[in-house]
Amino acid sequence: MVIPAYYITLAIITGIYIILALSLNIITGFAGQPNMGHAAFFGIGAYTHAILTTRFDVSFWLAALAAAVVAGAVGALLGLISLRVREDFLAITTIGINFVVVSVFLYHPFFGQAFGIGGIPMPSLFGRVLDKGGLLVLVLLAVLLVVWISRRVEGSWFGLALESLREDEQAAEAVGVDTRRFKVMAFTLGTSLAGLAGALYASFMSFISPGDFAFSLSITILCMAVVGGLGTIRGPVVGAIILSLAPEMFRFVLDYRLLVYGGLLVVMMRLQPAGLLGRGSFLVRLGQRLLGRRETAPVP
Amino acid sequence: MLAQQLVSGIVIGGVYALIALGLTLVYGVLRILHVAHAAVYATGAFVGLTTYQRTGNLWLALLVAAAFCGVFGALIHRFVYGPLLNQPRIVPLIASIGLFIFFQDFLRLVFGPYAQSFPARGPFGLLDLGSVILPGRQVFILVVTMVLLVVTWYVVSRTRLGLAWQAVAQDAETALAMGVPVPRVVAVNFLFGSALAAIAGVLVGIHYNSVYPAMGEMPAYKMLAVVVLGGLGSVPGTVVAAFLLGLVETLLVGYIGFVLPRDALAFVALILMLLVRPEGLFGKGGA
Repeated sequence: MVIPAYYITLAIITGIYIILALSLNIITGFAGQPNMGHAAFFGIGAYTHAILTTRFDVSFWLAALAAAVVAGAVGALLGLISLRVREDFLAITTIGINFVVVSVFLYHPFFGQAFGIGGIPMPSLFGRVLDKGGLLVLVLLAVLLVVWISRRVEGSWFGLALESLREDEQAAEAVGVDTRRFKVMAFTLGTSLAGLAGALYASFMSFISPGDFAFSLSITILCMAVVGGLGTIRGPVVGAIILSLAPEMFRFVLDYRLLVYGGLLVVMMRLQPAGLLGRGSFLVRLGQRLLGRRETAPVP
Repeated sequence: MLAQQLVSGIVIGGVYALIALGLTLVYGVLRILHVAHAAVYATGAFVGLTTYQRTGNLWLALLVAAAFCGVFGALIHRFVYGPLLNQPRIVPLIASIGLFIFFQDFLRLVFGPYAQSFPARGPFGLLDLGSVILPGRQVFILVVTMVLLVVTWYVVSRTRLGLAWQAVAQDAETALAMGVPVPRVVAVNFLFGSALAAIAGVLVGIHYNSVYPAMGEMPAYKMLAVVVLGGLGSVPGTVVAAFLLGLVETLLVGYIGFVLPRDALAFVALILMLLVRPEGLFGKGGA
């Protein structure tokens, strides 16, 4: 069976969005820290990968690892900033980081300026260069990896600490949670996964330019996580799938796409602020009633 | 040449101040980052332009834009922000971004995607001050801006309404308990801040002689930086930060040809500032 290239492309892009939404979810959903510049880390990963593979002949695998490490290192810096700058101030700072990172890509010759970087090779395995289908398998494996990491985080002491940090930072500190360390860890983990997504994206596109990592992408990623349901794992996955397929399904309203998109966000926030699949959303309650089950309520 | 640049920087800074003041007023009482404010600003520019094209009266254009957008802003508060106040902070923020995207696209559909010129002719003449020659448009913008800034300062610091605003900004619950009609103060606040943004929109349209649907894109986020630089919720801080940014941008671009694009400058300043002095220029802690 031959799957048309169009569907493979769509699936790869959707997979990359799922990784982005889930990695943002670790920072904003689990730890409750606003991050409105997630695309910057995606971009840092993509540029690291592109520079290493095209100029230094580094293999895909090593470059992808480096992309995650570099993005995570910058993310750790942001984590340190978040110790000093909070809530709304932090939200605006992350917006600023996105703008500054994109303008560095755009203005520094090292990053190819407006021309971007081209000729990024596809990954090769055992001496064979993967085709798009092979890359799709790789992306799906990466999605599974990120889901697995998210589940591990959710069920661990680390996850509990992040939840306490999200619900009430002062109370968490009072009972002895080292909120500073966990905040930095959440930022490092989330941004390094975004860097990994950047490596996959760079390989897939074979050409990247600063516009690919603009602030509007950060908003899109955030919307995916929020529309699906921040703080859960199913939420960002479903949100990413819906919002990355939506432009394809809404072809018939192509000219009104942004109008519909913006309107949906407002209506969604007004009626279902916890997201479609967040805790206590109408879909989740409906599902529970149908299955006759109750979700274990979060400890108040 | 320097004097010319300085004046140009002050004109831009004044317009920034008008836009950012609305954000500060809203943040002061509701603690919402009102990104959609930039959509109000762009709408104001279009309403002003349309009025001007029909009547040819610049003052009427300013007035109609201010009135229309004042009501627009109050409606945004009534139907979107009001019901979301008890949600986590990220919910009104996302709603605000959604509103911004929605109305920006709405403007594009109504007025078309292209820039329209704003051929304002009004009470302008060249003002020649020896070393500085001011085109009439700039004089007009400067005068309107200064008058509005003085009015805002007067309203916030010298009237009962301003006093009520300060009380609500400090502690809404206590203010309510003391008999301040909080919902009305918040509504008037939106009306006033949005009217300022609309006038700023018209002035920017005149200044660059162009009005286009995406004109809110830059101020939407850059003005947030200005508001933070001034210390979130501080009125004098916002005005000072706006003028500083206008001046620094103009001077750096004019003299050094700064290595970063003009619009990234605000954020570089913002990040440095937050690291050194997280409460902003005039903030009183609380970061």
